[in-house]
Amino acid sequence: MGSYLELREFMDKKDRGLRRKVMSLKDAIGLIRDGDHVASGGCHYSRTPMASVWEMIRQGKKNITYSRSIASTEGDLLLVGDVTKHVMTSWFSPGVTWGVSRVMRHYTEKKLARYEEWSHMTLGLRYRAGAMGTPFIPTRAMLGSDLFPRLPDIKQMDCPFTGDKLALIPALNPDVAILHTQRCDEYGNVQSDGLPFMDKDIAMAANKVIITTERIVSNDQIRRAPDRTDIPFFCVDAVVEVPYGSMPHECYGQYQPAFKHMDYYVKLMMGKGPDGVKEYLDQYVYGPASWNEYLEKIGLANILEATNEGRGIYND
Amino acid sequence: MTSPNYNTAELVAVMSARFLEDGKIVFGGAGMPLVSCILAQKMHAPTLTILFEGGVIGPHVEIGKMPPSTNEQRAAKQANMLLSITDILLLQQRGFVDYGFLGGAQIDMYGNLNSSFIGDADNPKVRLPGTGGANDIASLASKILVAMHHEKKRFVEKVDFITAPGYLHGGTSRRDAGLRAGGPYKVITHLGIFGFEEKSKRMCLETLHPGATIEEVKARTGFELVIPKKIEYTKAPTDEELRILRELDPDKRYTTPKAE
Repeated sequence: MGSYLELREFMDKKDRGLRRKVMSLKDAIGLIRDGDHVASGGCHYSRTPMASVWEMIRQGKKNITYSRSIASTEGDLLLVGDVTKHVMTSWFSPGVTWGVSRVMRHYTEKKLARYEEWSHMTLGLRYRAGAMGTPFIPTRAMLGSDLFPRLPDIKQMDCPFTGDKLALIPALNPDVAILHTQRCDEYGNVQSDGLPFMDKDIAMAANKVIITTERIVSNDQIRRAPDRTDIPFFCVDAVVEVPYGSMPHECYGQYQPAFKHMDYYVKLMMGKGPDGVKEYLDQYVYGPASWNEYLEKIGLANILEATNEGRGIYND
Repeated sequence: MTSPNYNTAELVAVMSARFLEDGKIVFGGAGMPLVSCILAQKMHAPTLTILFEGGVIGPHVEIGKMPPSTNEQRAAKQANMLLSITDILLLQQRGFVDYGFLGGAQIDMYGNLNSSFIGDADNPKVRLPGTGGANDIASLASKILVAMHHEKKRFVEKVDFITAPGYLHGGTSRRDAGLRAGGPYKVITHLGIFGFEEKSKRMCLETLHPGATIEEVKARTGFELVIPKKIEYTKAPTDEELRILRELDPDKRYTTPKAE
């Protein structure tokens, strides 16, 4: 992440034409370089770009700074897979009902990795400032807390208009955004359903954007409902069709989490800590030859159950 | 005295619900806070609007189908509007949100909450999951309700880490830090209701729940509470409140007391 002029220069050089960007998951994740800041869309166990996370681990990415509004099991996988030693988030564990991640505790308490804790809203404001091309956004949150002095990139000032004390939340422009959506055309026009999370700001803030999508639709279909487009094509660098690309997490209206698989993972992770997750990586990330093979391992019954429940959102 | 026909978690849920007024907006977290919000809607606050941090305005939560997280599709069902996380939390800064509903691993005499570290932050005994939106809610919502089981390890003189600011170090320190609005309003435990003294901002006992004693409250609090001269008692949960509560959470997933 460089200066404002470097950001502009990167944008100047980027081909922002209405061009086809469909590629393989392998090639898309090939756009990520070791040391990059990778911001992930969705939140918690919803609309997680799991296929991209999975491929990052398989490609052995290193020294990634990983940011996400709330990190769930994918954060564990990235730590144990040695992809990241620096996670920037507001909350880090599989989910309220599953307890505190033993992997997060192990890596942070033993100082093997850094968990940089921002409040949920101020992490969102970092992406938004990045998206706006402004160096910071002022807010009245974070003041007086013990979170504030632990953060390297936060400042305080008195408002030049009112004199009010304000926290200044600096822009975050990720090198790469990884986002998952329900549908997108081959140019990268994204139309997501349901909870928007922080995806739009992340896409506008990042230098490169990788979209995995449940299905690729035609540009005509996008143009029939342009008001539904969340992310414009010129932000996007790669479009990859990956059905069930958030599994075992959920994708709104398509599938709920594969809860049995989540329970299985959490039991392994909480029981054996990082060693349990190493076993999981061998079996579910390094082992399968393809994403489809990974889905086969999660199992048809689990996936059908998640699909039935997930589509239920549209029932009266 | 005969033993009550409700458990301590149900007691906290009912007592919390009574503070949520009609026509107001509340940030309801997953679990017990959500149960309380819906109970309030059914009892006395039909136009109370619930917000979820995941980006949901006014959801329709199905009876017996409480979402375990507020960031997922079940929490969004039949909502009035879905917003980005940043925007839903920003509603508070503008003043739209009356109540924030929080918990935490620790609370102190000034209502500061910790959900980040047990022990020294640089060498923690336990690294907890973190703030989520708690810091934003505690900083920006108009009134903070804290619902907690009353235990000495949770009610500490000084929290190990201020994740979500209460009245900081008491007096005017919250305002002096730049937190112009809001602050802790009530702390609801299984023993009583607690408020904050107007000037000192120290936590004070307001009412004891039926069956609770001052001695038990003191024994379970790691700091000196302000105790009023005349002790008032809270009205016990009514049959109606308990009936609705149990309809909402038939398996008692969110209203079972946690083991101490």
